[in-house]
Amino acid sequence: MDPVRKRTKDLSKSVDSAHLAPFPDEVLEKVLSLVKSHKDRSSVSLVCKDWYNADRWSRSKIFIGNCYSVSPEIVARRFPNIRSVTLKGKPRFSDFNLVPQNWGADIHSWLVVFAQVYPFLEELRLKRMVVSDESLEFLANSFPGFKVLSLLSCDGFSTDGLKAIATHCKNLTELDIQENGIDDLGGGWLSCFPETFVSLEVLNFASLNSDVTFDALERLVSRCKALRVLKVNKHISLEQIQKLLLRAPQLMEVGTGSFQQELVPRQFAELETAFGSCKNLHTLSGLWEASSVYLPVIYPACANLTYLNLSYATLQSDELSKLLPNCSNLRRLWVLDTVEDKGLEAVGSSCPLLEELRVFPADPFDQDMVHGVTESGFVAVSSGCRKLHYVLYFCRQMTNAAVATIVKNCPDFTHFRLCIMNPGQADYLTNDPMDEAFGAVVKTCTKLQRLAVSGLLTDKTFEYIGKYAKNLETLSVAFAGSSDRGMQSVMEGCPKLRKLEIRDCPFGNEALLSGLDKYESMRSLWMSACNLTMNGCRQLAKNMPRLNVEVIKDEESDDSEADKVYVYRSVVGPRRDAPPFVLTL
Amino acid sequence: MSLQTEEKAPTMETNKGLNLKATELRLGLPGSESPERNNSEEKDGKSGYSHLVTSGAKRVFSDTINGGSGKWVFSGNAGSDGEVAQNGALFSPRGGAKILGGGGAESNIVKESVVSVPEKKKDQAAPHAAKTQVVGWPPIRSFRKNSMAINPPKNDSDAEEKLNSGCLYVKVSMDGAPYLRKVDLKTYSSYFELSSGLEKMFSCFTIGQCTSHGATARDGLSESRLVDLLHGSEYVLTYEDKDGDWMLVGDVPWNMFTETCKRMRIMKSCDATGLAPRAMEKCRNRN
Repeated sequence: MDPVRKRTKDLSKSVDSAHLAPFPDEVLEKVLSLVKSHKDRSSVSLVCKDWYNADRWSRSKIFIGNCYSVSPEIVARRFPNIRSVTLKGKPRFSDFNLVPQNWGADIHSWLVVFAQVYPFLEELRLKRMVVSDESLEFLANSFPGFKVLSLLSCDGFSTDGLKAIATHCKNLTELDIQENGIDDLGGGWLSCFPETFVSLEVLNFASLNSDVTFDALERLVSRCKALRVLKVNKHISLEQIQKLLLRAPQLMEVGTGSFQQELVPRQFAELETAFGSCKNLHTLSGLWEASSVYLPVIYPACANLTYLNLSYATLQSDELSKLLPNCSNLRRLWVLDTVEDKGLEAVGSSCPLLEELRVFPADPFDQDMVHGVTESGFVAVSSGCRKLHYVLYFCRQMTNAAVATIVKNCPDFTHFRLCIMNPGQADYLTNDPMDEAFGAVVKTCTKLQRLAVSGLLTDKTFEYIGKYAKNLETLSVAFAGSSDRGMQSVMEGCPKLRKLEIRDCPFGNEALLSGLDKYESMRSLWMSACNLTMNGCRQLAKNMPRLNVEVIKDEESDDSEADKVYVYRSVVGPRRDAPPFVLTL
Repeated sequence: MSLQTEEKAPTMETNKGLNLKATELRLGLPGSESPERNNSEEKDGKSGYSHLVTSGAKRVFSDTINGGSGKWVFSGNAGSDGEVAQNGALFSPRGGAKILGGGGAESNIVKESVVSVPEKKKDQAAPHAAKTQVVGWPPIRSFRKNSMAINPPKNDSDAEEKLNSGCLYVKVSMDGAPYLRKVDLKTYSSYFELSSGLEKMFSCFTIGQCTSHGATARDGLSESRLVDLLHGSEYVLTYEDKDGDWMLVGDVPWNMFTETCKRMRIMKSCDATGLAPRAMEKCRNRN
């Protein structure tokens, strides 16, 4: 059933070079197939021709970080035996409405090629791609062994497309639909899984908005004995989640539905029991509208939890303080800033093993900004959670001193994403720019891979970053810097920089062109609402033919202004599907 | 031109209808000039939304599609003067704009956050200078933004009220009736139940013949019920929300309704021009 294509061996050649090739190709391929990470695989393929070929033939998973950097035909030619594809499309700022509709990143042309060369394709993981219902239907009908579909932050399809997947993918193990811009035409898609279908292991429809038929869901969960991840949407009630948990006590990751329902004591007890019976449960999310009244039903499961996502529950500080002492094993915690600094103090004192914290704003456009978290919450977490290495923190105020303390407590940060929500806000105690804060971060956290800066920042911040952030791969900048010198410092330093996204900064052509030597070693550069002109972009394009320099034209702006610029390396030259408002220079 | 269904995810709708150029802004640092952008109103042929200049306007977020709630668009424009929305929409007198119904060419209007030009000059004493909104900032994905809009963070007083008192009494007035009534929203768990209850309560004031049809699977008012209220009795059920705006009952999920409803009014549909036909459309589309 599985004709893995093999190339024919040139025997004479291998006899001659036998003394140079210690392993037969089959052995080499077998060994290399144990190398999983795509970065390592890339390195492997660069060693020598034999290793390049061995990698070629044995590679079954491919990761393409920018769908326009390569074409499906080239991929197909190089890798004949792919089973799993991960593709990313639009620039990340499209998540925040900075990229117009119809920009591109349509999956269909890829699927057409895959259908021809990879009939045994099993997995497709897409991020920020455009996927139509037709594409989903095509997918469902083209790959009989298809197992895993993961769509994150995609758009262009509707629940009708999901119907096609549920109906035709007989071997599906994973359906993960997250945060997509999708036409929700109803929950009937779930009922399309046939009664004979039993292979599902992962089902995530938490971000879909319409009701599914609960009966169908319950039956599906009952018969899929290998189900380990179930994340439902907020239409599923507490009573219903209890029934589901009873059917599937083997679940490892659960996303509940709405946590707001009038319960009688018996129901409350039943829920407690249900959560307690899930011995393998390590991840809990959902908890929409969770109130302190019903939160205790999850207590029996809390001791084993390593990842708790409370970012859709508007908990207050005392509610969190009561909950967290039960969750001493937490490694990852996501909360809303309704918990305030006091709630974060509870985090610091209850979760010593915490590695990742994300604090989201409940009311990001709050006129008065009286609620939310401040620097003291962050400091409190850092002093109790010394293993913290990933943070995403939306706050209304911050000081340089606090950040210095934080990184002193937690020097192992790999991801430091600080969002002081008011653009260009200074240290609120000293009124200084926040330069020293980020200076402290890059000086102290030598393992830093990802950094997002905010607040009032001068070029000094970027001098620090360029000089000290030796391992930095991703940098996000908004409303910062004073001159071209800022961006130049980054381009001249940061040897491992791969992704740079900038908005609303006073960086102009000189800054852009200072990175000439760097862009080919990067995945992409995004600059919007900066001081770039068409001429500057043309110059970049002229000097670097292997880069695609795309300008998204804004009808409003001057013809000479380059309002949104997206630069990326590509082996296939300018893309042929660019809409009229995207100019490739 | 075809009516698109109401049930589109807001992000999809938002992106389709959003005129980025109108909402996109440039900022300068404090002390520098920020270029003024004068965005003219624009109508996208397909989704016919309108731009509103809303300096100091209230901020609103995209609805989720739960319950087939209506979507209203406005993107804030730069400039200091208010501009009237197209489509003859109604909007609240406070300058915040919610387009209620509107017999415009398109039924698709998407709610989007208000954008105004941020004045970054430090010395400027403009009343709303500091907290103006910018497209895509803070950087939060649409799904999360929409979820937060539906579930506004409860402040302590609300939470207490909810937990301590097991009831939620709101006044109900009916046009032409000599006195008001009070209903406990907690005793109902759906719009269908509410409407039956109100009907019983106000039947003495001749609501009209209402046959009982089954409610739809959703929380929304069943078409037949609304038809009865509308055609049988020529009345429309509206409510005042926390922001003081008068809304058509049935748009939002039941839970959200009970959290935001301050009082209700059974109004004559001739007074609610623009509300009723749209509600009818919505019902049709939902079914």
